[in-house]
Amino acid sequence: MIEEFQLVQVMDQQGELVQGEYEKDISEDLTRTFYRHLIRIRTFDKKAVSLQRQGRIGTYAPFEGQEASQVGSALALQDKDWLFPSYRDHGATMTFGHSLLHILLFWKGRNEGCVPPEGKNIFTPGIPIATQLPHAVGAAFAEKRKGTRNAAIVYFGDGATSEGDFHEGLNLASVWDAPVVFFNQNNHYAISVPMHKQMKTKTIAQKALAYDIPSVRIDGNDIFAVYFETLKALERARNGDGPTLIESVTWRYGAHTTADDPTKYRDQQESESRRKDNDPVDRLTKFMKHRGWGDEEWMTSVQKECAKEVDLAVEELEAYPAADPSVIFDYVFATPTWTIQEQKDKLLERWRGE
Amino acid sequence: MSTLTKMKTLTMVQAITDAMRVMLQESEHVLLMGEDIGTNGGVFRATDGLQQEFGEDRVLDTPLSEAGFIGAAIGMGLNGFRPVAEVQFLGFIYPAYEQIMTHASRIRARTLGHFTCPLVIRAPYGAGVRAPEIHSDSTEALFTHMPGIKVVCPATPYDAKGLLIAAIEDPDPVLFLEPMRCYRSSREEVPEEKYTVEIGKGKVVKEGEDVTIIAWGAMVNVAEDAAKEAAGKGIDCEVLDLRTLYPLDKDLISTSVQKTGRTVIVHEAHATGGVGNDVLAIINDKSFLYQKAPTERVTGFDTPVPYFGFEDFYLPDSKRVLAAVEKVARY
Repeated sequence: MIEEFQLVQVMDQQGELVQGEYEKDISEDLTRTFYRHLIRIRTFDKKAVSLQRQGRIGTYAPFEGQEASQVGSALALQDKDWLFPSYRDHGATMTFGHSLLHILLFWKGRNEGCVPPEGKNIFTPGIPIATQLPHAVGAAFAEKRKGTRNAAIVYFGDGATSEGDFHEGLNLASVWDAPVVFFNQNNHYAISVPMHKQMKTKTIAQKALAYDIPSVRIDGNDIFAVYFETLKALERARNGDGPTLIESVTWRYGAHTTADDPTKYRDQQESESRRKDNDPVDRLTKFMKHRGWGDEEWMTSVQKECAKEVDLAVEELEAYPAADPSVIFDYVFATPTWTIQEQKDKLLERWRGE
Repeated sequence: MSTLTKMKTLTMVQAITDAMRVMLQESEHVLLMGEDIGTNGGVFRATDGLQQEFGEDRVLDTPLSEAGFIGAAIGMGLNGFRPVAEVQFLGFIYPAYEQIMTHASRIRARTLGHFTCPLVIRAPYGAGVRAPEIHSDSTEALFTHMPGIKVVCPATPYDAKGLLIAAIEDPDPVLFLEPMRCYRSSREEVPEEKYTVEIGKGKVVKEGEDVTIIAWGAMVNVAEDAAKEAAGKGIDCEVLDLRTLYPLDKDLISTSVQKTGRTVIVHEAHATGGVGNDVLAIINDKSFLYQKAPTERVTGFDTPVPYFGFEDFYLPDSKRVLAAVEKVARY
């Protein structure tokens, strides 16, 4: 099957364009936008790992290495589309418009971080693996029923494809022609379990065959491949042609979360050599330099701006009002039930020392 | 109710169909989904004729995929619709348990009300109809234990229609349990028009002074039978139908048990971890000093609901209830 699902590349590892058909769609502006977002989410990610190490946020799931997959796909979305992330996809949500402060709040154990900016359809990070796939199908189906051209994109990893919800989600989307893009980031490891122990298939893209859904296997570190293939899939969805499965082949350099040590289950030399030869940010940087589109000065200024923006978000996080215990009671139901009201009153009484 | 209200005589399952018809007519955001609910009208014919009347877009036959279609219903709920999903039997809901437990019931709390999940899940419930294994479960406590979802269980046609309409209008997820034994066991005058029965409110089915019998679903009839038999022995029972299992009607319970001081709780679900224990907790918390006898529970056993060849041993009947009534009355 791997022959049928050849890796689609638009730009190679040296930053050279290998598919001429996109030449006309690639502008200096577009690549600068890509670059800015890649740097922005990488800066955030590194900062978040460091904040966790200092005990300033909780356990954190880093995405370093997967930036092109997240930025390229999120930039292909339109304003009213729906985004259903997993917990490792805040690179995509911040690119689509979620605020850095809110993402930090989420990782600091605050529900407030789950509230997207007004008008943005960004759902909460899916924690139980693959459960977000049926949600995306339902939300997409609702858009179809309303007669809009909006679509949904849902993010998940390689391990998620072993879950029932993956298969039920694909099947429902297929039967209903739901305008949804299943965006798989295959980073080869589900925490510690490598892909060959997760599945016998060599590709994830081939799993779409069973549902008669078109699929494509792309180089997930090639931001052009990610962007253009996601655009195509979204266009299919908007035109009423149903779902698409994208397998975006990538790699996470670090741990599953800050709570595990990847050297326990894999040789981190692999991560280092991939960082050296196949880094998504370096690849775009090389491309831009070949074209003479990104001079050092501009790139340095972008890096500085991103660092400043992230620092500012951290300041906002640390100045954020302390947790109010009412919050855990007030939103379980539209109107609290008597049991919840009684429990709230008791807690508040104790908390206020009454 | 106005005397001009048009009434029709319906079984419970017909009243349920009627509630869905009323709501499909009222709002284009209401849609039905489930297995065999279209052409076939559902395994119990609860959606009989609705696909023909409202079309395949609004009454959807889904693949055999409880986790998938409940998950998709959550997504539709997020995006402006009010899905009413049918699970063929409560015992078939377990694949969807994760979606209900980890999402439907938490979305409002998780997002401080930004996203909500106005979803109704209907499920035929309980034993006593000689159904195969897994078709007779009464695991309501798995859901009353789950914060963020209401659990409703009518015992009559009138309550079924009013509660289902209230559930569909409720801004939060509701599990709507339909006791199979009651589907066609009786008929009742039901208003043709839209009306609601408030979620969270039980009712007094029969007033009495000596012993309170608290029940829901198919056990309400069993409790009424026991009350009649007790009357022959000089014990005047009050029978309560809780109708909603979360949130429980604490005021109804308290008023009655403070009057009688003697209580029997009847449910067909397993004893351990059953909703009866929550009723007991309410009695303990609000009415301890009024009690003249320890409360008795008459329940199914801590066994799986047995194959139907054994279900008469498992299900509480009026004899078991009567024995408990006599015990608390003579304590």
